[in-house]
Amino acid sequence: MNDSSAQLRRYYTLYSASFFVFVVALAILEHYGMPPRWIGYAFLFLTLILYATIGVMARTSNVAEYYVAGRKIPAVFNGMATGADWMSAASFMGLAGTLYLSGYQGLAYVMGWTGGYVLVALLLAPYLRRFGQYTIPDFLGARYGGNAARLVGVFATVLASFVYVVAQIYGVGVITSRFVGLQFEIGVFVGLAGILVCSFLGGMRAVTWTQVAQYLVLIVAYVAPVAILSYKVTGIPVPQIMYGQVLQKINVLEDRIASDPAELDVRRLYLARADSFSARINGLPESLAVERRALSAEIEKMKGGNVQMRDVFALERQRRELPKSPEAARDYWESLQQQAAQRGSELIRHTEPFPGKDEAASDTARLNFITLVFCLMVGTAALPHVLARYYTTPSVREARNSVFWSMLFILALYLTAPAYAAFAKYEIYSNLVGSAIAHLPSWIGAWGKVGLVSIEDINHDGILQLAELSLNPDVIVLATPEIAGLPYVISGLVAAGALAAALSTADGLLLTIASAFSHDVYYKVFRPNATTQWRLVVSKTLLLVVAVLAALVASQKPATILYMVAWAFSLAGAAFFPALVLGIFWKRANQAGAVSGMVLGLLVTMYYMVRVQFDTIPWLGIHGIGMDPWLGIQSTSSGVWGVAIGFVTIVVVSLLSDPPNREIQNFVERVRYPDVFRR
Amino acid sequence: MQTRQYWRRNLWLTGFLLLIWFVVTFVASYYARELDQFMVFGFPLGFYMGAQGALIIYALIIAFYAWYMNRLDRQFSTSEGGD
Repeated sequence: MNDSSAQLRRYYTLYSASFFVFVVALAILEHYGMPPRWIGYAFLFLTLILYATIGVMARTSNVAEYYVAGRKIPAVFNGMATGADWMSAASFMGLAGTLYLSGYQGLAYVMGWTGGYVLVALLLAPYLRRFGQYTIPDFLGARYGGNAARLVGVFATVLASFVYVVAQIYGVGVITSRFVGLQFEIGVFVGLAGILVCSFLGGMRAVTWTQVAQYLVLIVAYVAPVAILSYKVTGIPVPQIMYGQVLQKINVLEDRIASDPAELDVRRLYLARADSFSARINGLPESLAVERRALSAEIEKMKGGNVQMRDVFALERQRRELPKSPEAARDYWESLQQQAAQRGSELIRHTEPFPGKDEAASDTARLNFITLVFCLMVGTAALPHVLARYYTTPSVREARNSVFWSMLFILALYLTAPAYAAFAKYEIYSNLVGSAIAHLPSWIGAWGKVGLVSIEDINHDGILQLAELSLNPDVIVLATPEIAGLPYVISGLVAAGALAAALSTADGLLLTIASAFSHDVYYKVFRPNATTQWRLVVSKTLLLVVAVLAALVASQKPATILYMVAWAFSLAGAAFFPALVLGIFWKRANQAGAVSGMVLGLLVTMYYMVRVQFDTIPWLGIHGIGMDPWLGIQSTSSGVWGVAIGFVTIVVVSLLSDPPNREIQNFVERVRYPDVFRR
Repeated sequence: MQTRQYWRRNLWLTGFLLLIWFVVTFVASYYARELDQFMVFGFPLGFYMGAQGALIIYALIIAFYAWYMNRLDRQFSTSEGGD
């Protein structure tokens, strides 16, 4: 055990060293004129080849190896693998951007995505490890008896994991299309190949060892640019500590921007635009025809006069893109109205908690913050791909230690993200805002082409005001090296890190979905007599099918993908958390209670999210189902209701029906106590 | 008897640590505006708790739980062996 652990450490030290040499070599080559595109290719393909090699070397045809890596993963390495599994494209690319855009409010994600591990450590991981089977539905099946709880568990696993995996593959498409110039759809399938080589042959064993490798890449890529930036701004390369100073500088800059007359003017113009959209929405359906006539008249006038053809084309395109029906026009204008209103609203102070125009608005913001933290935490403690990782340690003891290591490795990123946001904000507020639009740095143009940055000189003064700049959250991390004027090799490194984050999470998720189908549905429910060989064939085939399906969905570029990821937490939390926790801590919980609690929790969560988020679902032909949120809680926090109702339902229904039989009570005892107590 | 004692200790510890978790997460966030009057390391305290303070306490909670429970497991297994 210790021998192999030392050997593993040697391998990964060697691996980190060679990766470092590789980065340095590329930096030298760049200095001698290697074009950026080649650097992008080198990072993309070399890291993919590396992961593939590990994946192939760790291939297996043993069931325990395939599902739970033979339960031989030492705590430290399982912690690293969990870190990579956990930190997705959203954590890597989106988190710092969200913090940049919404300041204190973004800390809900930082707290939620780390604090959930307290629940994992205290309430779930050691007990699941002592149970020691293969999947989370396995636990539900054994604890509550029969197949009903197991199948509801499978349904929730697939529901929560599939949206999540689509988001990862989508992220891979974004990264490859930006950094190596592949077409988005092709990038998606390159990503698919990268995911399959890791998980297809070796299951959990291969996924674990590639995830360890991916963790190392992603953490270096995340911390390096902001450490350099910190060194440039403060002289000390420890951003996590130094950004307190930067926050104070930001505070001063915010004061200046908030009182700048040009800035106020720009925000007024945006508010006026928002009002004009409101007027058009109120004037529907006539306003649509009025709008079209006005555009036509203007085009005619321009054609007669002496203007550039480009401007005429722009107007013609505007006319062409006008929505066809009044309903479509309402949606279209509402989104434009919201955009304009947001840009015109008051500057958000970076460190101010719960901004709002009055006490009530501020209290609603606080309630939403707290409920979002709750949902993210409970969701973290209920996502099957994370929990399943704690089946892979050699003992209960190692499982407990492993949660601690996971937490440490995750903290390395989450403590850095707020610093990332602060340094990027400082650079943008101090160097970009107030400069001439004609002389903006080149990264704005490069990211503008991919649609992640846009600039509009609404007051035509030729100077960039803060409200005129609109940034997609993802761009903060991806463009920071360029914002700080670092060499392109750092950008390549960041891209490789983002890729590692997306691939590692996708691997874990895909395997979880495939195991739910092949182990829980096929083997446990339909064919308990299937040979181990056949079970693996089924599992690998399903993995392939699910992966291709996810890639196909991702290549459609679903617009609501970010919302859907936040929803996955609420769904998983509502479905699993009450049933798992009560299953361990309350012997009286029985099958009827668990099944009804899981189903009801899921239904309430889905009902709330759909009705709060959508007013119409065009492809189902449903209109006018929108409702006002209860207590002003947004759809991303809908799990609060689901989790609460899940707990209440399990308790009430269990008490109304017969207690579980002797066998199941013994099962609960077995999960609670160490082996020595078993007589 | 042994099992009951083991479980009771586990529940007490779990409950106690969850209480700390609850306070640093929800109570601290609830009063973030009030906490911002204080400064630590150049950060307003409310912001600091969300960005670093709570996270470090989470890691400590998990570490303490693992250490204590692993020790408890060992204690009970040796006393069982000694009986």
